[in-house]
Amino acid sequence: MDANGCSGLGRNMILTGAILKDPQHALHNRPVDLHMEGEVITSIQPTGEGAAQSEKSGRSVDLGGLWIFPGLIDIHVHFREPGLEHKETIRSGSRAAVAGGFTSVACMANTQPVNDSAFVCESIVQSAKKDAACRVFPIGAVTRGLRGLELADIGGLAEAGAVAISDDGMPVMNSFLMRQALEYAGHFSIPVVSHAEDAHLVGKGCMNEGKQSELLGLHGNPTAAEEIMVARDIALARLTRSRVHIAHLTSALALRHIVRAKEEGLAVTCEVSPHHLSLSDEDVGNYNTHCKMAPPLRTAQDVEALQEGVAKGWIDCFATDHAPHHSEEKNVEFENAPFGITGLQSAVGITMELVQKNVITLDRWIEAWTSRPASLFPALAKKSLGRLAVGGPADLMVFDPQTNWEYNLKNNASKSANSPFLGRSWKGQVVWTVVAGVIRYDRAKRI
Amino acid sequence: MRHLLGIADLQNSDIDTLFSNAQIFSNQKHPATSVWKRKKLLTLFLENSTRTVVSFEAAARNLGAEVIHFQAKSSSLQKGETLIDTGRNIQAMGVDGVVLRSDKSGSPQLLAQALSIPVINAGDGMHEHPTQALLDTWTLHKHWGSLQGKRVLLLGDIKHSRVARSNMLLWKRMGMDVSACGPPTFLPLGLDSVWGVKRVTDLDQALETADAVYCLRVQRERMGAMLIPSTTEYRHFWGLTRKRTSLLKKGAVVLHPGPTNRGVEVDPEVADGPHSKIIEQVQNGVWMRMAVLDWVAT
Repeated sequence: MDANGCSGLGRNMILTGAILKDPQHALHNRPVDLHMEGEVITSIQPTGEGAAQSEKSGRSVDLGGLWIFPGLIDIHVHFREPGLEHKETIRSGSRAAVAGGFTSVACMANTQPVNDSAFVCESIVQSAKKDAACRVFPIGAVTRGLRGLELADIGGLAEAGAVAISDDGMPVMNSFLMRQALEYAGHFSIPVVSHAEDAHLVGKGCMNEGKQSELLGLHGNPTAAEEIMVARDIALARLTRSRVHIAHLTSALALRHIVRAKEEGLAVTCEVSPHHLSLSDEDVGNYNTHCKMAPPLRTAQDVEALQEGVAKGWIDCFATDHAPHHSEEKNVEFENAPFGITGLQSAVGITMELVQKNVITLDRWIEAWTSRPASLFPALAKKSLGRLAVGGPADLMVFDPQTNWEYNLKNNASKSANSPFLGRSWKGQVVWTVVAGVIRYDRAKRI
Repeated sequence: MRHLLGIADLQNSDIDTLFSNAQIFSNQKHPATSVWKRKKLLTLFLENSTRTVVSFEAAARNLGAEVIHFQAKSSSLQKGETLIDTGRNIQAMGVDGVVLRSDKSGSPQLLAQALSIPVINAGDGMHEHPTQALLDTWTLHKHWGSLQGKRVLLLGDIKHSRVARSNMLLWKRMGMDVSACGPPTFLPLGLDSVWGVKRVTDLDQALETADAVYCLRVQRERMGAMLIPSTTEYRHFWGLTRKRTSLLKKGAVVLHPGPTNRGVEVDPEVADGPHSKIIEQVQNGVWMRMAVLDWVAT
């Protein structure tokens, strides 16, 4: 992706009149003229103040009334390549990403084969170079084959381009092994991302344990399963003085542990998915498998606590946990359906709605989709992703805050359509997604 | 045409209809006219069953239907065809209704969404078993003449029981006073908050005041390890033993959905004794299922 990517429109462009939306930038909330040359941003100036701009080569585009964000970053997706290409590929997944406003994503290791070696990691990097519409960063496995028995080739993974390690989907139950992973990964400056659930306590649980699971006669997954693992991971972060990142937090009780760990100054961070911020276990309704994911949808009280967690900054960032599955796999008995839903194209709508309802500020929203996730993965921060800066990568998203748009099967870019949000509409629409200076998504053309 | 997937599918007037039609069928046995004459009913059983499948078959034959029985492990069905595919194929063969038993909660809902013929839930996972609850409750109704305010004690594994779930829904609807007793690992967390059922810890005292005791089976096939220490310990603390049964009021009745683990949740002398309605439940099951088949087809 870095090297070529010359398809699409011209490489040198001047975007004029759009309002800059990057709290880290001095011109935040002001109309600017932004120049891109090649893959980088070459200047950002208040609109009208830049002298002799027209003499510069390149196309000038008036974006009056629109907003420019740094390109969004999603540190938690499943692109299913290699091995499960009937669900998603790097090509299709990255197209869903840019359609959703994302310029960088990090993909989890539960492919077939598992991304637990430099060999697999390199193949993902190569595939991304060839096919991806956005930057795709692999996340390696913590343990070989995600089996939780022995460490994966963590150093080799890091060398091959893995930006973090995680056994996402399969919690590392052995605390000794988790300790080793935290200590070992620290040397390579890659964080460990924990899928924090006690697998024994989850058991056959396929939805939140509570009134709804009771009424539906489904095995419940209690929030205590998450709470226990979050508490364990915090204890291990303290013990090893390592950084641990908790994936897809779902419960108010686990959040309390995170808040305390942060107050103590431990390097514990966490993310929350848009669906856990907007749906509850009541949405499972009549065995809707598009509301089945791990960890599960919790209660309305949890949703409220998570929203507050984002607002207060206790929850560092958003992440979609985009988990595509084929309709044949989802259109079965609830217990037999695989866990996970797609999320890349609904993410902005769901989370922007929280801004519109004054649950979180727009600045916090921007931070949680851009600079915070970039800062959690050192490899991303090193590339200056997640912010708009002269000399930095020309990764940005142009947003129309006024237009309503509907997410539906026609504009769904993923290979899969397992989303409970199909048919929903939101105010605000992604206009352009620009990756390394190239327009990779255009609402007018649907590139 | 309608489905019976759970108790929520029934209005109170439907329950009245089912009770009175079951009564009529119990007198006529082979009704002269029936919507099921020359129709085909499939009993699709993806989990083992003896009495439920035989009961449905007897009911359907009494109504003049032809019965096709298909038994499979749902796991082997999973290997190839999905439940929806199976259902569509069956419908294409000209079947007029399906009775489904599955070990997966929500299976009948899934099948009903895909088909345009009636689907009757004959038990889905831990979710519901509405025809069992109807025949149980009709048995009680016949015995007492009314249900309002009657005290019924659920005894045993409620947490993993679809029979208990359907019965709790129906009994609360009928205005009955429902309480439950059993090992804590067999009781759902939301017994009171979700089901409105009182938890009792003193079994002997509860037996003294109950109008009916509903024994649930210790479901060995559904439980993994670690739920109770042993069946011996279960019998000691929660079994409906001969001795405990002596505490019952004179007119109190004992019910069990079957099959019974004699000597575990209920002693043989109790199952065959004067309080027992267990055989009558099975008899009533046929008439009630005739009423249900008639109801879904009209």
